[in-house]
Amino acid sequence: MAVQIVSILLSALLTENFVMVKFLGICPFLGVSKKTETAFGMGMAVTFVMALASAFTWLANKFLLIPFGLDYLQTILFILIIAGLVQFVEMFIKKSLPSLYNALGIYLPLITTNCAVLGVTLLNVQNYADSFIFSLLNGTFSALGFTLAIVLMAGIREYLDEDAVPECFRGFPIALLTAGLMSIAFMGFSGFSIG
Amino acid sequence: MNTANIISAVCVVGGTGLLFGLLLAFAAHIFAVKKDERAERITEVLPGANCGSCGYAGCSAYAEAVVNEGAPVNACTVGKSPVAQKIAEIMGVEAGEVQEVVARVMCAGDKASVVYKFDYKGIKDCAAAAKFAGGAKKCESGCLGLGHCANVCPFGAIKIKNGVAVVDDTLCQACGKCIKECPKHIIKLVPKNQRHWVLCSNPEMGKFVNQYCKKGCIGCKLCEKECHFDAIHVVDNHAIIDYDKCKNCGLCAKKCPRGVIMSVPRENGAKTQVVTTAN
Repeated sequence: MAVQIVSILLSALLTENFVMVKFLGICPFLGVSKKTETAFGMGMAVTFVMALASAFTWLANKFLLIPFGLDYLQTILFILIIAGLVQFVEMFIKKSLPSLYNALGIYLPLITTNCAVLGVTLLNVQNYADSFIFSLLNGTFSALGFTLAIVLMAGIREYLDEDAVPECFRGFPIALLTAGLMSIAFMGFSGFSIG
Repeated sequence: MNTANIISAVCVVGGTGLLFGLLLAFAAHIFAVKKDERAERITEVLPGANCGSCGYAGCSAYAEAVVNEGAPVNACTVGKSPVAQKIAEIMGVEAGEVQEVVARVMCAGDKASVVYKFDYKGIKDCAAAAKFAGGAKKCESGCLGLGHCANVCPFGAIKIKNGVAVVDDTLCQACGKCIKECPKHIIKLVPKNQRHWVLCSNPEMGKFVNQYCKKGCIGCKLCEKECHFDAIHVVDNHAIIDYDKCKNCGLCAKKCPRGVIMSVPRENGAKTQVVTTAN
């Protein structure tokens, strides 16, 4: 059990990193990675939503789709659940934690369209269809992997802003090159396995 | 695929959708955040530049502060009196006077009149240049002329002319961003109806200023003697105008041997023309 949890953690953070290896959630990865602070805020919001979405979609899959033999509806039902969940979370935070709501700002509703969230829920029901705990952990750790990637990227971009980058590379071109190099670095983790 | 399959699929997806819809409608009712209508109306009348010159994070933050914290209604320097009037109407209070101010760069040391220590070829940004031996100009309080202020200005009111930043007072909204960002701290707010200001803020003695800037104030105090209203004084080796006393007569500017006191001609219906040099 413990070994499996560590294995899920390491694969979600490094070897199977959502952004760097699976290339999911690229839009916020490039869009919200200009400042470390906002990148971290986005990462935390994604973590929150991914953990909740993993739990709810696993339940929906186990007790709704499989008994009726409707596995092929996973994608559309999960989209529905994620969208509803994000809306609900937004309302709840707006009412009870206004300071957090202000800090997350526009990122919270944007997560609805984050493909990493849909991706993790679909992969969960593929790989961990039997275990609620493992799907929940995989969702949370994958989101932490996303946070790691986006915060690293934001840090690098902050440095790049102050560097004498050639004019034609400034802004997005150098960000895309950076993302590619980071991805290559993360690919280096592939092949590691535990247990 | 038979009919039962289709019906169950429709029921499951439709049911989940309906459930979430009802849940959200219910949640919207429970978690409804009561918003003060006045804050929204104030946000609408504000310019929406989110410049932060009022001291709050943005226009909507200021609107909320007016409603909830009793912030002054005339704090918006961009909207000035008309906006203050509208906010005062919404809040049902009297609007005070808004003194219009405008940012001015206290330096006239253009390329032709200053001595350069070296040829700066680093990053084209004042903050970087200021860290590198205090910038290329020999004058420690001279405009670096790399346009950091022009880049941060949300209204495009600052232009670099011949190595010195110049503020266009028809565009400047006195948001104060350039004042915060200037590494040399030579941008100051001056009342907008004020047509004279000193184009130098060098604290060194005249004999040194003479060595590296043809347009710097040497602290000769001729302006001080000339002024009838006790409105101009030499402090820290450069002249400073007291805008509460200055009557815009322009005698100091005429007397100044260095031409360092800016004098904008009186408006004759036409827009104020800002001259780049003080001669």
